Amino acid sequence: MKKDIVLCGVGGQGILTVAVLAVSAAVKQGLNFRQSEVHGMSQRGGAVECHVRISDKDIHGDLVGRGRADCIISVEPLEALRQIEYLAKDGVIITNTEPFKNIPDYPPQERLLELYKNSGARHILVDAAALARQAGNARAQNVVMAGAAAKYLGLGEQAMLDAVTVMFAPKGAGVVELNLKAFEIGLKAASGIAVG
Amino acid sequence: METETMEKLLLMGDEAVGRAAIDAQLGGAFGYPGTPSTEIFEYLQEHSRKTKAFPALWAANEKVAFEEALGMSYAGKRAIVTMKSVGLNVAADPFICSAITGVNGGLVAAIADDPGMHSSQNEQDARYYAEFARVPCFEPANQQECYNMAREAFKFSEEHGLPVLLRLVTRIAHSRAPVNVFTPDSPRPEISLPPQDSLGWVLLPGVARKRFPELLKKRAVMAEKQGAAEWNYVTRYKDAATRKKGIIACGTGYNYLMEAFDALGLRADFLKISFYPVSPTLIRNFMEGRGEILVLEDGYPFLEERLLGLAGAGPKVRGRLDGTMPTTGELNPDKVCAAVAKVFGGMPPQPYFTKPDIPERPPMLCQGCPHTDTYHALNSALAERRPARVFSDIGCYTLGALKPHEAIHSCVEMGASIGMARGAADGGLKYSVAVIGDSTFGHSGMTALLGAAAANAPVTVFILDNGTTAMTGAQKSLSTGARLDALLAGLGVSPEHVRVITPLPARHGENARVIGEELDYRGLSVIIARRECIQILGKKK
Repeated sequence: MKKDIVLCGVGGQGILTVAVLAVSAAVKQGLNFRQSEVHGMSQRGGAVECHVRISDKDIHGDLVGRGRADCIISVEPLEALRQIEYLAKDGVIITNTEPFKNIPDYPPQERLLELYKNSGARHILVDAAALARQAGNARAQNVVMAGAAAKYLGLGEQAMLDAVTVMFAPKGAGVVELNLKAFEIGLKAASGIAVG
Repeated sequence: METETMEKLLLMGDEAVGRAAIDAQLGGAFGYPGTPSTEIFEYLQEHSRKTKAFPALWAANEKVAFEEALGMSYAGKRAIVTMKSVGLNVAADPFICSAITGVNGGLVAAIADDPGMHSSQNEQDARYYAEFARVPCFEPANQQECYNMAREAFKFSEEHGLPVLLRLVTRIAHSRAPVNVFTPDSPRPEISLPPQDSLGWVLLPGVARKRFPELLKKRAVMAEKQGAAEWNYVTRYKDAATRKKGIIACGTGYNYLMEAFDALGLRADFLKISFYPVSPTLIRNFMEGRGEILVLEDGYPFLEERLLGLAGAGPKVRGRLDGTMPTTGELNPDKVCAAVAKVFGGMPPQPYFTKPDIPERPPMLCQGCPHTDTYHALNSALAERRPARVFSDIGCYTLGALKPHEAIHSCVEMGASIGMARGAADGGLKYSVAVIGDSTFGHSGMTALLGAAAANAPVTVFILDNGTTAMTGAQKSLSTGARLDALLAGLGVSPEHVRVITPLPARHGENARVIGEELDYRGLSVIIARRECIQILGKKK
């Protein structure tokens, strides 16, 4: 078992939460992992990425090589394209379609969809904003994306749900419930979306 | 390590260093925030807060932090001091001199380099400092080694009576992995001062002249003994592709090498380096009979330059200097795999998809950040005042250089703003402005302001008092609020030219007017732009 994952988004969107959920589920199953983060200046509203590597064998490096990622999970559609060189030939992009527009020259939505279509990469487009609102809080887009990606991570849905419970427990039962719902909605939605 | 495994924890490299210090019966933690070192200290601070086992308070700057750690060591306790790469420039004086005094309790300087400059203004390599000071240096390749080597570093420091530099890089510091932690050391005696009549700590020239040769002697012994065995070792493969070529892999270079072997389906003999000074004998023996040596190291070509020499007729040395590897930037799996393929053959994996042409998304100030309003008001006030330049400093507010603010014209190093603004004013710049945050002001802006105040230099200094060290994650600032006001008075800034503004959109007109008045004053003014960091405000809610 070996999964190389690149997570991305915009600073503040909570990609580390997705990383920790995956890693917690992996640890539960006795797997090895590396989770590489970037802190400091790049956190402030800029493009951020996080590499997660999971394996049942020893892992040496903290980074995924270009052309070797099994999946790219993105909380923002432009950001997945920025990381596309990491994707393996048969890898898959699972991305939120809700843009985070904090730059003046952000491409129009039609252009983005066209870029995905022309990329040649397998991809799953998830409207995580709408799904998060459905779960009760628009900010839970990251957890929706974790749910949408669960099938491709191969870590077991229950293990990831347990990780959601553990992660949000300090914030109270209401927050746990909301995030479990967000995860499940994401999971269900992804299974109904055709791979592009 | 002979001690038994206690438990497996999920730790970042930084946290693994912190945990090792705790298990080594730390006496005190010292440091100044700086990416990617901050989390070492924060891990220790959290432990300190819960257990009261040792003090852990941020210092005003890295020099002070180092001196406090050295004092703790003098008292016979184990001390750790943490900082980022460039922080050691600030602490270079005590660091280098502490090699001559030596230490009493174990003293570990955990320095986190940032090759690739994710969050730094250069990619300087702390191994040069270790060599400069003639002190030993450990360079872990992964999070487990962070723990093991930090534990070892305390012992090593005491055995040799020297400070030890522990060099981390961003990818190790900020990557999480399972780490086995071992039985803690037994508790240490309360205090054990050096004898009062010992002159070793008094670096009069006569004393230093005796101690320096002793340091050099220790260094030679260290290189041959410790450097040759446990931490630096050769791996030979039965199925090595060739014996004519070998690899020297330092720190993270080792990780990417292991992956390159798998990706290329080949093996080659290599020498793993995690400890400096490296034994010359070890290197000579490894090089013997080989025509080419590939050097993999994160940061500068430190070892590569030493292997090259000038007169030697040894093997061809390949690495950053001959173009086998890029000359700058951090190591990664792609670069190392490509370099190994160049030297040993094989096809490295290639990216399959091409990144489309999409706009960059640089970091930016948060929505509602007080700095935005300060810069807006400053830009308005400077619109009709020319020539003008704004010398800035290190912090979130450095992002003011970018669109849409475009409000600052320099950022060099911690505290540079005030000195540079004064120098430019003395050189004839009419509107010379400095912009510095409250924490950076306490770090190294105060001394420059002292001189500017004494001369009443025609400079307008902004202190952006958001009450915290925001960029590194909101650590406590020592020079904010009432203490900052008192400092300014104490440094001799004329009270009528200390103005306080509240940077808010609604106050824009009023703020621009106040700034204009002080720009027109031909002496020193300090404008405190005071409003809490919105990240902190958000957390308080």
